[in-house]
Amino acid sequence: MTQPVSNCPNCGAKIVFRWSSSVQTVCEFCKSILVRTDVDLKKVGQVADLPSDSSPIQINTEGKFGNKAFVVVGRILYEYDQGGWNEWHVMMNDGTSAWLSDAQNEYALSLSSKAQNLPAAAQVHIGQQFIWNNQPYTVSVITPAHYRGVEGELPFQYWDKTDVTFVDLRSESRKFATLDYSDPEPALYLGELVEFDDLKLKNLRSFAGW
Amino acid sequence: MSTGAPPLSGPPKPQAKALNCPKCGAAIVLRSFGQAETVVCASCHCILDAKDPNLAILQQFEIETSDIRPLIPLGTRGKLRGTDYEVIGFERRSTQVDGITYCWHEYVLYNPYKGVGYLSEYNGHWNDISICKVLPTVDHNMFGGSSLTANYLGESYKHFQTADANTDFVLGEFPWQVRVGEKAAVTDYVHPPRVLSSEQLDQEVTWSIGEYMYGREIWETFKLPGRPPEAMGVYENQPSAVRTNVTGMWVAFAGFVVFLLALMSGFAMRAKKEPVFHETYRYNRADSKAEASFVTDVFELTGRTSTVEVKTYAPLSNHWIYLNYALINQDTGQAWDFGREVRYYYGYDSDGSWTEGKQNDDVVIPSVPPGHYYLRIEPEADPSLSGIPYTVDVTHDVPVYGIYGIAFLALLVPVIIISFRAYTFERSRWSESDHPPMQLSSSSGDDE
Repeated sequence: MTQPVSNCPNCGAKIVFRWSSSVQTVCEFCKSILVRTDVDLKKVGQVADLPSDSSPIQINTEGKFGNKAFVVVGRILYEYDQGGWNEWHVMMNDGTSAWLSDAQNEYALSLSSKAQNLPAAAQVHIGQQFIWNNQPYTVSVITPAHYRGVEGELPFQYWDKTDVTFVDLRSESRKFATLDYSDPEPALYLGELVEFDDLKLKNLRSFAGW
Repeated sequence: MSTGAPPLSGPPKPQAKALNCPKCGAAIVLRSFGQAETVVCASCHCILDAKDPNLAILQQFEIETSDIRPLIPLGTRGKLRGTDYEVIGFERRSTQVDGITYCWHEYVLYNPYKGVGYLSEYNGHWNDISICKVLPTVDHNMFGGSSLTANYLGESYKHFQTADANTDFVLGEFPWQVRVGEKAAVTDYVHPPRVLSSEQLDQEVTWSIGEYMYGREIWETFKLPGRPPEAMGVYENQPSAVRTNVTGMWVAFAGFVVFLLALMSGFAMRAKKEPVFHETYRYNRADSKAEASFVTDVFELTGRTSTVEVKTYAPLSNHWIYLNYALINQDTGQAWDFGREVRYYYGYDSDGSWTEGKQNDDVVIPSVPPGHYYLRIEPEADPSLSGIPYTVDVTHDVPVYGIYGIAFLALLVPVIIISFRAYTFERSRWSESDHPPMQLSSSSGDDE
């Protein structure tokens, strides 16, 4: 795998992309949000300090999903009226990317899905059923959230968002779906609830006294 | 650290936060690294906003007694099912059924990697509870009323009780907006040792799954001093005192009966049932004075060591005879002594006709080796009998059934005792539910 190296246009620090398809990253040193162009990196913004949170996951945390190993390369931190959650951008060892979410220590792994004809945000209501990949999903929660910050590498540009709507759909198994209305075009993520122990996480954060 | 390089260590290591109550100034520790929504001041009973750096006061509540104390003090740590947990919150909840208030306690547990877990305690019965990750499904009954079964991860749970749970008292940290006085509708479905509960507050339904724990397990986990409070009665999801699977036990018992029957018919078919001796004698009172006993002709038992059946028949009517037998091996002198009484009475009274006894008798002698044998017979009879004929039949290798009957009973008795104990345990479990078993007539009669 290529590991393109550039320098931060703001502070000159070395920027390493660990995932070749990353579109955006945050300079570890000056917190500039950098977007990759064909030729170089462009500073598009600046990350305010991320609020302190209690996720045990951090950039470089490694784990396993089934028989695939992954490493955490980036994250988006969201906030809603009942708290916050992290969407950790993970790079699988087969080169694909996925999202490991951590909401109050409830872990889930999901992948972007290419389903067509997704409903518009205004058309979705709680209890509604959808079938994707032959699996029925029921809308359980509609969460208006806002973006609180980013860190590390992301597969798309994500830095100027404010309010976003997420629709969570549950199934009768561990499978779940999320409709993401961050962009004009809705995006679907299909995933699975995972147990902390099954992820076999390494390089976790440490907590004082634990 | 190398000079000039910006820190690479990332955000600082989270620490338990020490703050002060904005109302009374008492020390407050936030143990859950920011996961708590609310925290309660132990000295002035203010519910504070744990997300607010200034700990805004959300509610203040009155308590009627000061002796509501968690059995596991806040801050205690213990390893529960392989994970270290710290007790961070405690609440007392209550429900009213038929005018009686029932109280129970809930403990909030926290581990920075695994998140939040719960323990509940009611009258010395404990449950280890976690929030369901997969939504249970509920079957509706045909009348559209409250549902009687719920399904979770492929297992079926029976409806136990639906009641309103009131929050009476809170202490420590909670990962939700806790308020004293709040009422939630709680429905429990059981599949011992597990309990599946739904808790509805406004429009939000939370499902949790609990597993029964004994007080001594909690005491070991958290290394608590003394002894846990005695568990009272039978709890809704308490594992049965009868550890045996009663249905499985009956299936095994049926299998054993089939085996016995097969064994019995196998031996019955294999038995030769060979007649080896048949003779009719006559008892005469006059003769018996002189020579009481006599011996029969010799007969041969061939083949393997087996049973010998001796049948006696006498055409008695309201008399008895008694035969003192000895089966004697001519070759070795080994003898089997046995006495048989044959009696037959009949008559007529106010209840109609009656009979007692039989005109024939049979007895089986087990494990007789092959060889040449004869019988020595010493007859005695009813003094009123002057004489009577009697027939003696000897059959070699007859099947025996008695042993199977004994084996059957030896297994049936414990199976029935265990089933009865299991039944009484389930009866006391369900007597506390919304679906009590039918009352016994003796206890339902005491109305006025």
